[in-house]
Amino acid sequence: MGAVLEVENLYVDYITENGHIRAVDNVSFVIEEGKSLGLAGESGCGKSTIAYSLMRLHRPPALITSGKIIIDGKDILSLSENELQKFRWKKISMVFQSAMNCLNPVVTLEKQFFELYKIHGITKSRKEAKKLAEELLKIVGIPPERLKDYPHQLSGGMRQRAVIAMALALKPKLLILDEPTTALDTVVQRDILQKIYELKEKLNFSVLFITHDISLMMEFCDTVAIMYAGKIVEQAPSMKILKNPHHPYSYGLKNSFPSLQGEVKYMEGIPGSPLDLKCIPKGCRFQDRCFKATKICFEKEPEISLLDEGFFFCHNPL
Amino acid sequence: MKVEENRKPIFSAKNVTMDFKVARKGIFAKKSTIRALNDISFELYPGEALAIVGESGCGKSTICRIAMRFYKPTYGKMYFNNENIHELKGEKLKEYRQKSQMIFQDPFSSLNPLFNIYYHLKRPLQLYHPSDKETMYKKMDEYLTMVGLTPPKEQGEKFPHQLSGGQKQRAYIARVLAVGADVIFADEPTSMLDVSIRLGILNLLNKLKKEMKKSFIYITHDIATARYFADRIIVLYAGHMVEWGDVDKVICNPKHPYTKLLIAAAPDPEREEKIDLPVIRDKDTEIRQWTPESKGCPFRTRCPEAREICASKCPEAREVESGQFIRCIHG
Repeated sequence: MGAVLEVENLYVDYITENGHIRAVDNVSFVIEEGKSLGLAGESGCGKSTIAYSLMRLHRPPALITSGKIIIDGKDILSLSENELQKFRWKKISMVFQSAMNCLNPVVTLEKQFFELYKIHGITKSRKEAKKLAEELLKIVGIPPERLKDYPHQLSGGMRQRAVIAMALALKPKLLILDEPTTALDTVVQRDILQKIYELKEKLNFSVLFITHDISLMMEFCDTVAIMYAGKIVEQAPSMKILKNPHHPYSYGLKNSFPSLQGEVKYMEGIPGSPLDLKCIPKGCRFQDRCFKATKICFEKEPEISLLDEGFFFCHNPL
Repeated sequence: MKVEENRKPIFSAKNVTMDFKVARKGIFAKKSTIRALNDISFELYPGEALAIVGESGCGKSTICRIAMRFYKPTYGKMYFNNENIHELKGEKLKEYRQKSQMIFQDPFSSLNPLFNIYYHLKRPLQLYHPSDKETMYKKMDEYLTMVGLTPPKEQGEKFPHQLSGGQKQRAYIARVLAVGADVIFADEPTSMLDVSIRLGILNLLNKLKKEMKKSFIYITHDIATARYFADRIIVLYAGHMVEWGDVDKVICNPKHPYTKLLIAAAPDPEREEKIDLPVIRDKDTEIRQWTPESKGCPFRTRCPEAREICASKCPEAREVESGQFIRCIHG
């Protein structure tokens, strides 16, 4: 199995009047074929920024300052705008958080599918495009007659499923899910995620799953990477992070979700509030909120500690 | 639903039904009616939290809005200390408005961006508890410390944009305390906040409940936090109470098929085995719309156990175990 996506030492900066803000700081990870990686963290930690840089969707003030992104053997940072257009959606596609904003409200689904096929040179006939689109909608569980509908005629869950169908239209190698179900109800959420994972088994694509709901991620991903303030602080197979987290932040995140089983215990959560990237302290970034912080955490940035199937950055691991 | 005979409910709803008129397509079409709530009854005791869970569009927030007197219910009544809240006037109305307060979902828009936090606390204090300047500031600092905004002198001077989401929600809770509310309607108070912050807010609400004997109606779609915070729970489906009772009984041993579905769908990493959702999807919509003419059990089109009788008669409420009620013929 080869790697579908390799990200090496990625840095993304936002250039503002008050100086640079480093939203993604030296991030590296690999996703292999048919595997799923979860990126978890709070809002503002840089997880969506990573997703946008994989698609090269960044516009100023955001800037990829250095690093390498290799998708299916191609370095996408060196592609021209024209090449990018062909590359996007064919090799890598994305489901955004709010499906409301990525479907065109004044065009029927049928036409939106047709445009997709036309631009990527799959077919020029409307009839054929319709047939292909019908098949896709069937896969995600929407009756094909709804192709004639406008986006507002569909319910939220259906709209999100239509977007997923569209993302899968060109059989991409990598699917990015950026909080695909945050706006939906739990029942619909599970329904959609189960569908995606069925499809993943069937069509053998890789998934990058971005969410802040770590309990959901534990259930659906093979590997989980926990981000804090622009850095991946811990990465490991999901079951290992769940049972035996090393970084205090992973432990805190995991303990922020009350369980449905067992006794109701008092839970702590994580004190304090997320780090402001404008003033990054010396040493470890989690120092102010960490219950295990010692003197060294305020002085020196932790080095990487390698595990069998992952790594973490912490002076005082659990 | 009585837990102790001698306790008096502070807030209660009796057979509340709410109809909304909605326009159909076309200008000459007749208006149709949607029944958002059907026969809702509950009691809330001092120092207790009652969770209301259900999917979006099931009527959770409508209950809040009726209690806040935005709407008058079509049938049924709501009582605060044995007085019908929709017939209050004058001083009594002012008292009710003081004693019942709401916490909104979005702390980013519930505070006035042009004024600092002290201002938000000062206004209700001036209105309801007038006193001289010094005691007022002392009181405000007390409230700020209580909700965990320390040091209060510094935090009180801040403007909303200088606070993070969790701090804003805390500041808003301080405002609710300054008003002097006894019944607090929390409409998804944590869903806009970061995961690491949520539990802090829930712990704060829990503290207010236990130490200050505040009562809460906690509206949420997250059944896990409902279990963490609430004492009793109501599961709402299409405006009907389908299952209600003690939170542990309902969540650990759900009887109604919809509650079972909700709990199966909730993400829980500690669940070992794979689950299979017993979902049957509605053909057209995912949320069932209820009209006054609708008959039968609201959940029957998605229920795996539905039988013929479910289509003709709305099931009566019955007690399956002490302190656990369902509205379903099965289970």
